[in-house]
Amino acid sequence: MPMIDNGLLVQMLLGALLGLSVYLPLAAGQLSLATPAFYAIGGLVAALLSTGPLAPPMAPDGAGGQTAGLLSLGSLGLEMGLASLIVALLAIVLGQAVLRLRGIYLAIATIALVEIVRVAILNLPFTGGAQGIFGIPQPFQDPWGYVLLTVTVLALVSWCVHRLELTSLGRKMAAIRDDELAASSLGIATTRVKLIAFVASAVVAGITGVIAAHYLNTWNARQGTFDVAVTTLAFVILGGSRSWLGPVIGGLVLTALPELLRPVGDARLVVFGLVILLGPVLFPQGLITPGLLERLGAPLPRGRRPA
Amino acid sequence: MSTVLTLLELVGLGRQFGGLVALDQVSFAVEQGEIFGLIGPNGAGKTTLFNLLSGLDQPSSGTVLWRGDTISGLPPERLNRIGIARTFQNLRLFDQLSVLETVLVALHRQPQGSPLGAVLASRSYRQAQSRLLEEAHQLLDELALAPQAERPAGTLAYGDRRRLEIARALATRPSLLLLDEPAAGMNPREKEQLAELLGALRQRHDLTLMVIEHHVPLLMQLCHRLAVLDFGRCIALGTPEQIQADPLVIKAYLGVKG
Repeated sequence: MPMIDNGLLVQMLLGALLGLSVYLPLAAGQLSLATPAFYAIGGLVAALLSTGPLAPPMAPDGAGGQTAGLLSLGSLGLEMGLASLIVALLAIVLGQAVLRLRGIYLAIATIALVEIVRVAILNLPFTGGAQGIFGIPQPFQDPWGYVLLTVTVLALVSWCVHRLELTSLGRKMAAIRDDELAASSLGIATTRVKLIAFVASAVVAGITGVIAAHYLNTWNARQGTFDVAVTTLAFVILGGSRSWLGPVIGGLVLTALPELLRPVGDARLVVFGLVILLGPVLFPQGLITPGLLERLGAPLPRGRRPA
Repeated sequence: MSTVLTLLELVGLGRQFGGLVALDQVSFAVEQGEIFGLIGPNGAGKTTLFNLLSGLDQPSSGTVLWRGDTISGLPPERLNRIGIARTFQNLRLFDQLSVLETVLVALHRQPQGSPLGAVLASRSYRQAQSRLLEEAHQLLDELALAPQAERPAGTLAYGDRRRLEIARALATRPSLLLLDEPAAGMNPREKEQLAELLGALRQRHDLTLMVIEHHVPLLMQLCHRLAVLDFGRCIALGTPEQIQADPLVIKAYLGVKG
């Protein structure tokens, strides 16, 4: 039986965060696949800053030589702040344009955005081309540091999304998802609500990119691709898109599954494919449904009883 | 005699869809506080008129005045903000929201508490939300929906859904409420109750009502004045007695012998 080591655990937690990023616009009825673009930009910001202006000073390696020092948590926080700011501004500008589109057209426009960002990172003079940026400094000596950091970020983001669903904004998002026209006739500024969800999604993806860049030690154009868009969308579809818990569970399970299936050998990708294929057939609403939450006595989504 | 205030005025309002003239030079005024009926055969342009008034569609010609200011062409959220709310002929509820949530979401302009307070579940936020909840329950009580508060809106019986649409529209605190066939699908007893309810709501919420309805006896009993639309034109305007005696109306509804 393969173990979930700390490396896989970090990847699972990052998967859950990306799931939440896809979930946020979807909660307002918007199928946006822009998450990998903002994820790639977040990682790029972290890679550029921590190998440039925020690079930690060299430290003695104990054998008379020098080794890269640890990145301070303050610098890491600064990277997250700056990455959030950049992707948020970008999301505001792009959102104004793409959120005019509906349904599949919005999905296609956001896929184009992912491609544009990928090609830009591949070709810009300061992003290291196809090889990308290497030797991104580590903020932790102990690999469990990443687990702790990612758990904390996931807990914070989940809490914020959970609380959001109980607020007026969360209710407006749900109303727009059900009937945008009726929502606008109630005076709800639908474009603004959709934009807020899009920006929140971008910020979550950007912060996830920052952590991933340090964790992977290297960052290149292959990090935020169309593949990631499809995988992260699968997190939400299999997990369930009616509560924040759905994409979190979906992200954790679907990231772990290919690794846990290693003993099956070459058939593991077939099994994984079957899970993706049969998931929506057997659980059309995803694993986590409002009915399930009600049976478990969990707080209902979208503030059925506002707290 | 009290002064009569004109709330809404339609001036030569028209709407064409390609070659089809849905509304043609419709002009009339609605006074504050009155119940104004809109009748006419199917396809006469009644719902098109509501869509223009609520901003879901834009007029091809003419203007709409609200307390003297031009409002035609404004988006739906702006029109709701100035005080126009509506219900839908084909029911457009938020099926996934509960009855209570449906009213809560429509109370979005009332104080909600700060977003930070929401994340931290602060005391002031909880107080703001409980005041909101109180107001929502009050509306549900008024529309006899209190027992269904926790049910998803999509699972309600037909008559309850119609009343929930009214509750949702009222929660935005309108001055003018546009009701598109509020009695459709109701049995005679429910229709009678609805007429009483609308009268009471008008008093309590200081409303002006515009009502589209096919059930003419209900309108005759309810309305102060009516307009009759036929093929997009306003063919008659007056009190129920005047309308019932109007030869053009009789012709539009019954045809001419011949």
